[in-house]
Amino acid sequence: MALLEVDDLSVRFDSDEGSVHAVDRLSFSLEAGEVLAMVGESGCGKSVTAMSLLRLLPASATLSGAVRFGDRDLLTTDDASLRGVRGREISFVFQEPMTSLNPVFTIGRQIGEVLRHHLKLGRAEAHDRTLELLELVGIPAPARRVDEYPHQLSGGMRQRVMIAIAVACNPKVLIADEPTTALDVTIQAGILDLMRDIRERLGTAILLITHDLGVVADVADRVMVMYAGRKVEEATAGELFAHPQHPYTTGLLAALPRSGRRSIDEPLQEIPGVVPSLAQLPDACAFAPRCPRADEECEQVPPLEPVRPAHPVACFHPGEAVWNGR
Amino acid sequence: MERTLTEPVLEVDGLVKHFGEVQAVDDVSLTLAPGEVLGLVGESGSGKSTVANCIMRLLDPTAGTIRLKGTDITTLSRKQLRPLRRELHMVFQDPYSSLNPRMSVGDIAGEPLRLHGLASGAELDARVAELFEQVGLRGDLRDRYPHELSGGQRQRVGLARALSVKPSVLIADEPVSALDVSVQAGILNLLRELQAEMGFSCLFITHDLSIVEYLCDRVAVMYLGEVVETGTREALFESPQHPYTQALLSAALVPDPTVQRSRRRIVLEGDIPSPADPPSGCRFRTRCPLSEESAPRCVEERPALRGDGHLVACHLVEEGRA
Repeated sequence: MALLEVDDLSVRFDSDEGSVHAVDRLSFSLEAGEVLAMVGESGCGKSVTAMSLLRLLPASATLSGAVRFGDRDLLTTDDASLRGVRGREISFVFQEPMTSLNPVFTIGRQIGEVLRHHLKLGRAEAHDRTLELLELVGIPAPARRVDEYPHQLSGGMRQRVMIAIAVACNPKVLIADEPTTALDVTIQAGILDLMRDIRERLGTAILLITHDLGVVADVADRVMVMYAGRKVEEATAGELFAHPQHPYTTGLLAALPRSGRRSIDEPLQEIPGVVPSLAQLPDACAFAPRCPRADEECEQVPPLEPVRPAHPVACFHPGEAVWNGR
Repeated sequence: MERTLTEPVLEVDGLVKHFGEVQAVDDVSLTLAPGEVLGLVGESGSGKSTVANCIMRLLDPTAGTIRLKGTDITTLSRKQLRPLRRELHMVFQDPYSSLNPRMSVGDIAGEPLRLHGLASGAELDARVAELFEQVGLRGDLRDRYPHELSGGQRQRVGLARALSVKPSVLIADEPVSALDVSVQAGILNLLRELQAEMGFSCLFITHDLSIVEYLCDRVAVMYLGEVVETGTREALFESPQHPYTQALLSAALVPDPTVQRSRRRIVLEGDIPSPADPPSGCRFRTRCPLSEESAPRCVEERPALRGDGHLVACHLVEEGRA
């Protein structure tokens, strides 16, 4: 059985201006020790999905479906049981480490808090374990750093501290929401190496949320492509990049500047139009208005069906062909 | 080696900008030939935006000279600078905070034409219509306000405005880094099309190496306020010489798992030092994979940019190899 199973998850936000469907009937599973990437552009529902797994969304969100973790459904379990899961069995790393760390406490205290609260460690034990964790996440001179405040650390070091907090209780699942987006490229490389290392040494499964296909290519085992709150394609990383099927995926891949290509010889693929408003998500393929392959059939919501082995795609006209050469 | 015989449109020579203790830019020299796209690449804190802001005279340089079409603009007063403003325009990273929220986007795009007295009334109207068409915006968007447009549309308005007076130099400071990939592609295509059509020179500032390789003719790499390597796109991407450039290129992610996972990364130790207290000698030495404790030259002497066409500022790169 999968470690974490999301079944038919929908998330709706109600406001005075009507309701917004941020996630629409999403199902996926995360296996023990795997890195599953959820990739998509702004507004595709990837962060909302991540937040909903631990019920971290504001009260204006209405959730339906199920999030099965062990014998619990995280969407319905009581608050006490959820507190035992949050930060202990499933933990989070966010994009901006400066705003996720408390500026008035030393990093040692912030890591220690997790150990003392969840694992009931004593002061001395927590201190020793904190130093071990700082070492694990590659922070040089842990004994000195432990007494520093977040503002004394660089962005990359702060993100390492966030990861130390997240893995402090040896969680089964780490949810990382754009963990390297705010970082410089040479620093990003180190954080991605660290995530790989965490997975190998601790066996933690990672749900990696990103907009960056380069990050996906670097660390993901499996990939889900999201568009307008729905999953449009899923496959192993190797399969997805070698044989992308959904026109949105092929479009995204062709939109990226690549090594060896030059602007004067070869313009980038543009995807015309804009992402649909989630307020009026159509009862049809959401990508159809921007899709060169769209026809009458696309007026229904395409089911996710395998086009190749273990490679489901939600499209009536799947295929690897690049757009213009259709 | 490629050599431009024509006079450069923009020449930056020995540019220095200090903010108190902070040595944001130190002795940067760049030239921009007519119709050339020069990529200025570096990580946060490398000083690339400060260079742009000095060229635009949004900041007053501490030292050095900036020549625009042969005229030294470094110390010109605002009034003296005004007629030259036509020649030099800029687009910014965030097209939202750089467009006046209380003006319609049509008025924003036409404002430079109006202010320079180049068009008014019906003529201005016709020029704005033409500009909108050039940047791929529907004419009916003219009466909208910036907040009603998407990020990509706003960046197109920024381009229309900057190019309205047909400048010789466009400075683009991270113009696509706030945009989604599919939108970014449209802006990059547009920029290259307009550049080919109008022939302006472009200083393109970015942290994204794949965009530099895609778009630029020449590249300058900055680290901690200095240019450490500069050369043609081909030279820099095919045989990077400076250890920082090599590390930067090796860390860039390739969106293809088979390629990406077989790449060797050069991991840099530590963090970028504070520009308020940069290392003596070579500023990169504290993170340099080549520099050993035993290289006193790196500690004592600041490496000069040397080479022929492809310039490198490193004591440890053999002379003549670059």
